[in-house]
Amino acid sequence: MMEKLRVSSNPHDRSRMTTNQIMLMVVIALLPTTVFGIFNFGLNAFLLIVISIATCVLTEGIYEKLMHKKLTVKDFSAVVTGLLLALNLPPEAPWWIPILGGVFAILIVKQLFGGLGQNIMNPALAARCFLLLSFTGIMTDFSVSSYAQKHVADAVSSATRLADIKAGAEIDGTMLLDMFVGNIKGTIGETSAIALLIGGIFLVAMKVISLRIPLTYIASFAIFYMIFGGHGADPMYLAAELCGGGLMLGAWFMATDYVTAPLTRSGQIVYGVILGILTGIFRVFGGSTEGVSYAIIFSNLLVPLIERVTVPKAFGKGGKRHE
Amino acid sequence: MGLLTFKGGIHPYDGKALSKDKPVRRLLPKGQLVYPLSQHIGAPAKPVVKKGDHVLAGQVIAEAGGFVSAPIHASVSGTVKGIEDRLTNVGNMTSCIIVENDGAYESVEFHPAEPEKLSKEEILARIREGGVVGMGGAGFPTHVKLAPKEPDKIDYVLVNGAECEPYLTSDYRRMLEEPELIVGGLKVMLRLFDNAKGYICVEDNKPDCAEKLRQACQGEDRIEVKVLKTKYPQGAERMMIYAATGRKINSSMLPADAGCVVDNVDTVAAVYKAVVLGEPLMHRTVTVTGDAIRDPQNFCVCTGTNYAELIDEAGGFVTEPQKVVSGGPLMGFALYDLNIPVTKTSSAVLCMKEDIVSSSEPTACINCGRCVDVCPGRVLPAKLAVFAEHHDEENFLKYNGLECCECGCCSYICPARRPLTQAIKSMRKIALAHRKK
Repeated sequence: MMEKLRVSSNPHDRSRMTTNQIMLMVVIALLPTTVFGIFNFGLNAFLLIVISIATCVLTEGIYEKLMHKKLTVKDFSAVVTGLLLALNLPPEAPWWIPILGGVFAILIVKQLFGGLGQNIMNPALAARCFLLLSFTGIMTDFSVSSYAQKHVADAVSSATRLADIKAGAEIDGTMLLDMFVGNIKGTIGETSAIALLIGGIFLVAMKVISLRIPLTYIASFAIFYMIFGGHGADPMYLAAELCGGGLMLGAWFMATDYVTAPLTRSGQIVYGVILGILTGIFRVFGGSTEGVSYAIIFSNLLVPLIERVTVPKAFGKGGKRHE
Repeated sequence: MGLLTFKGGIHPYDGKALSKDKPVRRLLPKGQLVYPLSQHIGAPAKPVVKKGDHVLAGQVIAEAGGFVSAPIHASVSGTVKGIEDRLTNVGNMTSCIIVENDGAYESVEFHPAEPEKLSKEEILARIREGGVVGMGGAGFPTHVKLAPKEPDKIDYVLVNGAECEPYLTSDYRRMLEEPELIVGGLKVMLRLFDNAKGYICVEDNKPDCAEKLRQACQGEDRIEVKVLKTKYPQGAERMMIYAATGRKINSSMLPADAGCVVDNVDTVAAVYKAVVLGEPLMHRTVTVTGDAIRDPQNFCVCTGTNYAELIDEAGGFVTEPQKVVSGGPLMGFALYDLNIPVTKTSSAVLCMKEDIVSSSEPTACINCGRCVDVCPGRVLPAKLAVFAEHHDEENFLKYNGLECCECGCCSYICPARRPLTQAIKSMRKIALAHRKK
């Protein structure tokens, strides 16, 4: 009767948390900003999100089928990539943009490097940068639909708040509140600081991410901005810079992407600081108003180096004999 | 100040409720008893009986095979049937002495002693003759552990009552039912180390034990009960030393290098019996538990008893288990046959309806770092496992692969269900073998 006993090396118990659940929680955490984005920008935003997710999932499935690899579409990682890509698109972008971006993200950035866990850059961000360089006009046109013009502040011009500030605009309390709530122009998922914070706090509470990367990223950017931003420690400008652009989306959801962030704890802190400084350099001294995407994919490439110099000291290593 | 503990570790489902309220029940063995000659670390014992000999309980049937070794005693009276290769809990065939139980349970005469009147050498000799080895799992001969080069430099004798492995309740019952045995054993051990303090270390999920032990050691100014945070692997030697004393040792150091000696509660009780009562090690407490067991129990059993007999005594199986483990779920050995003898180091028989390991498929590592967060050895399990898979010994050593204590936390926590511990364990074996050359 005992012929069916199974043997394996220890341990014989496993935590119930799986990769699928982690990915699913990231999707849940992105829901507030997704829902807000659709509410804010209207139907086209919704369509872009659907197309982007569908493209990513289909690309992954078809590639794996053709290559006779194990199907991994059920692990939700392609859904996360598709959603993040869509949240990084301007709300009135044409429908083929997410298709091109989705195929690029999954096929070139993820699968050709070996699939889940092997990519050296965040697929969604790499795709965004690819689109930004190839279709600069479309990707930097933040004009909104007639539906959105009713509630999005300063809807007539095509520039974002961050660009206005860089051009020398003054900041007042209403503007700041708009930026915090998200009634401003920008990509679909980056405008609402509060919705992104809710998602970020959810991920921290569920122990999906730690505070190490987001906090060091935001803090080092803030310090950099206070020194070089030209407005000193003026809280109004600082708050506007923190809420505006892709900083919140980037810091909570993309810099924390496991695959492209350092494995070591001290490495994560180094990584956060580098991100903050790079974002600051791009925003303050760079030609464009945004710097988060470039800062993150550039830092992604530094990760192997960061990991190599931050190997932790093993327990008791170098221990002295007690006299 | 928070509770004493270490960094990292995990909180798995503990399953102790199944058996924690079951008092230890003495079990008399029925069939043949099987005594592996190698049930401790070090040289196997040498048989001193031959086929047909009549033996009594407590009689030496195999003597120590060297300095780092321990004698083995019969646990029942009966007739030696022979010396044969049998399967043991670690999965290999080992030479074993087989004794047919005559059911009379006649024993040799034991010679009690007053520890105050014994010299240090006499105490160590009685421990050695009693065949006492570490009963927490490793089976290191206790008389060797208690005889470090410089006994005056030992500052702490730690009694390991953490029992951090899920499901196990044998140490818990022992501390609850016989605290005076543990305190007595510790007092004997402290006689060997003039400058040492004795700490009995218990996790905070066993406040009743801590209370009983505190009562039992009242008036002993050299003994203290230390309550540690409940977390696996709190009972690992290096973690325990750190939690209780703040001292750290690495894989190439001995506890004595940090001025410590660590022994499991069952071992300390065995020391008491060997030194004070003159009784050798021939019984141990075994928890028989798991969701596949009808009536989980804690048994005091004779060494050499068959596992299958223990399972029968615990009501048998509710349904056929998928996995049976000797020891706890995190560091125990999976068995493919239940016809295995209880040895000095068998702490539990865990029978599980479902085996989560074989039913879960490993997927790609997503670099989430959970293994790094839980690793008590502060290494990078995900990286080490990759080096191990590539047989990259150089990088494995460079990334502190030898500092892994094989506790299993990384495999437990991995959301991709990767067998990290297994990969690292195999590579460690290879690397350690190369180092010895």
